[in-house]
Amino acid sequence: MAEITYLEGIRQALFDEMERDRNVFVMGEDIGAYGGAFKVTEGLLDRFGEQRVIDTPISEIAIVGAAAGAAHMGMRPVVEMQFIDFIANAYDMLTNYVATARYRAFLPCPMVVRGPSGGYVRGGPFHSQNPEAGFVHTPGLKVVYPATAEDAHGLMKAAIRDDDCVLFFEHKYLYRRIKGTLPAGDHVVPLGKARIAREGTDLTIVTYASTVWKALEAAEQLEKEDGISVEVIDLRSLVPLDEDAIMTSIRKTNRALVVHEDTRTGGFAGEIIARINEQAFEWLDAPVLRVTAADIPLPYSPPLEDYVLPQTGDIVHAARHTVRY
Amino acid sequence: MARSTAPAKGRREEQERAPSARDSKSTAPGTATPTQERAPRARDSRSNDPLTGLAHARALSRERLLELYYWMRMTRVLEERLVALYRQTKVVGGLFRSLGQEADAVGSTFALERRDIMSPLIRNMGSMLVKGATPLEILRQYMAKGDSPTRGRELNIHFGDLDRGFIGQISPLGDMVPVMAGVTLSFKMRGEDRVGLVYVGDGATSTGAFHEGINFAAVNQCPLVVIVENNGYAYSTPTSRQTLAKQFVDKAIGYGIPGEQADGNDVLAVYDVTKRAVDRARAGGGVTLIELMTYRRKGHAEHDNQSYVPEGEGERWAAENDPIDRYVARLTGELGFSQAELDAVDARVRTEVDEATEVAEQSPMPEALDALVGVYADPPVMEPLWFREGGRLGTDRNERAEGWGTWNTTNDKPGATPAREAQEND
Repeated sequence: MAEITYLEGIRQALFDEMERDRNVFVMGEDIGAYGGAFKVTEGLLDRFGEQRVIDTPISEIAIVGAAAGAAHMGMRPVVEMQFIDFIANAYDMLTNYVATARYRAFLPCPMVVRGPSGGYVRGGPFHSQNPEAGFVHTPGLKVVYPATAEDAHGLMKAAIRDDDCVLFFEHKYLYRRIKGTLPAGDHVVPLGKARIAREGTDLTIVTYASTVWKALEAAEQLEKEDGISVEVIDLRSLVPLDEDAIMTSIRKTNRALVVHEDTRTGGFAGEIIARINEQAFEWLDAPVLRVTAADIPLPYSPPLEDYVLPQTGDIVHAARHTVRY
Repeated sequence: MARSTAPAKGRREEQERAPSARDSKSTAPGTATPTQERAPRARDSRSNDPLTGLAHARALSRERLLELYYWMRMTRVLEERLVALYRQTKVVGGLFRSLGQEADAVGSTFALERRDIMSPLIRNMGSMLVKGATPLEILRQYMAKGDSPTRGRELNIHFGDLDRGFIGQISPLGDMVPVMAGVTLSFKMRGEDRVGLVYVGDGATSTGAFHEGINFAAVNQCPLVVIVENNGYAYSTPTSRQTLAKQFVDKAIGYGIPGEQADGNDVLAVYDVTKRAVDRARAGGGVTLIELMTYRRKGHAEHDNQSYVPEGEGERWAAENDPIDRYVARLTGELGFSQAELDAVDARVRTEVDEATEVAEQSPMPEALDALVGVYADPPVMEPLWFREGGRLGTDRNERAEGWGTWNTTNDKPGATPAREAQEND
């Protein structure tokens, strides 16, 4: 199999699912003729036509709401937020309407809301956000944030086939930088199964998305310079969360560090640490710390952005501290 | 009766002569006056208009005309029963009345086919009854029973059924417009002969969801009818605080869609204007916005004392423009029904409501652990709270056989020694 990028993995998954199931269709701003701001949906219009590849007005509320309505009727919409930052416009629709639909009204809502997320791209405050924590808090939604090309592909397929609404965060820094090779056949990665990105014995780093790669760099450095053996867990999905993978690793290493690109206060790291505290306190040899972005709207200029976002050196520093504790 | 705003050219002309057209029909509520601004007015007198211009209503059979009366009467009697239950504290939450708006709810949904999908608002209990919701379901729902349509999860008339063709509302106003845009988009994509009808109030027209939803539906030529029920108030806020537009129907122009306005307290006029819009949607004509002029005679909910309503306003509407009184006059007048026929309907309604009440009162409350079921398709049940009966402490799953204390004093753990050495060398 040929090598594909993270972005191509997603695009190929959309193609495959639209071929497989006539109920799958895509909607969003500039996704048809233009192929999307990042060209994720390029080629879909030619292949599937205007009925199934719909360019919409600039209306995130309507895009998400209409996806829900179509999903009730048996369709499986995949809608794009041009930048995931704009999902905030649809927050009411997602949290009040979509998330509650099955529970309060027995209305199926099989839909995917996807979009380019994350920083390290000099995108400034409105093209760099990681808003996943705002949605993991809402029962009824699922949240996926892949790190590899294979997972971007396989998780997208699982998300489209899932019977509930899945928010699919795509890291735009990884879009064209990360490559992988898809296994032959229908590659589906189930939601809620974490991946051991690197095996180790001294410290568990729990992370997802872009910081999986930073954690792997840090692990390499720690191995070389300190002889510390780091296990890196790529969560893949935050809801559902693979608690077992986290606890199993901690029972082995007795130390954990949680890393994410999102801001600190109310970030998902707090939730992971709370669960470790509840479920594996007796296994710990050190407090569980977190490496995250600072609580600051993400600035544009490189020295500022680099300071605010977590870097490999930060993870190395925190890992040494945890292991020495 | 209804003022039509043509979608194509000529709309502007229509618009310009609209005021005189409205002036000419002195019985229409909603005519702007300096003092009352856009708040609907009570009609000056009860109307006995012949069915002039009501082509669709004229085509209704005797049975169908009587059915309209049945649904309006059922709406009112059932709400009166709910008031009694509310006062006995058997209704757990708030109670929302549609007194005086029965014609607008019933007449509009009456224009739909069974296969069509409707999404109601809080004052559309009548619409839901027409679509097949039963008094028993509504009573159980208000009383938070375990066998209510939502098994006790949602309140009042927040429920639906896709088979019978209605989707339950949620409380954030205007949200159902985008949802119904998507429902009707699916009809179009699949080439199904179905249309959608969604209700919003005057207040919801101020939301972003309304704007985005109706515009999205218009651009995509969705087979959707959007009804704005102008009942004068959104909770306590009069329409003059919602918009500077002279009338809500004017908003249709901005979306490039047909707009029509009708007397919401005339059930046949409501049916007629809605049927016209439904037919247009079915024929591929896209979205229509309808403004129905009516009046909310009770408060936002039963607790609301309506302190903000000018004295005598509600009483005037009750005396002069009650939709059931008006329809009864028409039925027993020009339409030739006997009082005995209407009395028989009234008796049937009372019996049905009595019977439903008896059954609903016997219904059980839900089991507490049912709260954990059905948030997701997978997993189907959420974990019980560990600090409640049936729950399990998280640490139980990861209990450490060696007991408390984990510091490895022998330093024989791989990795630990080099790390400490590194620290000492710093």
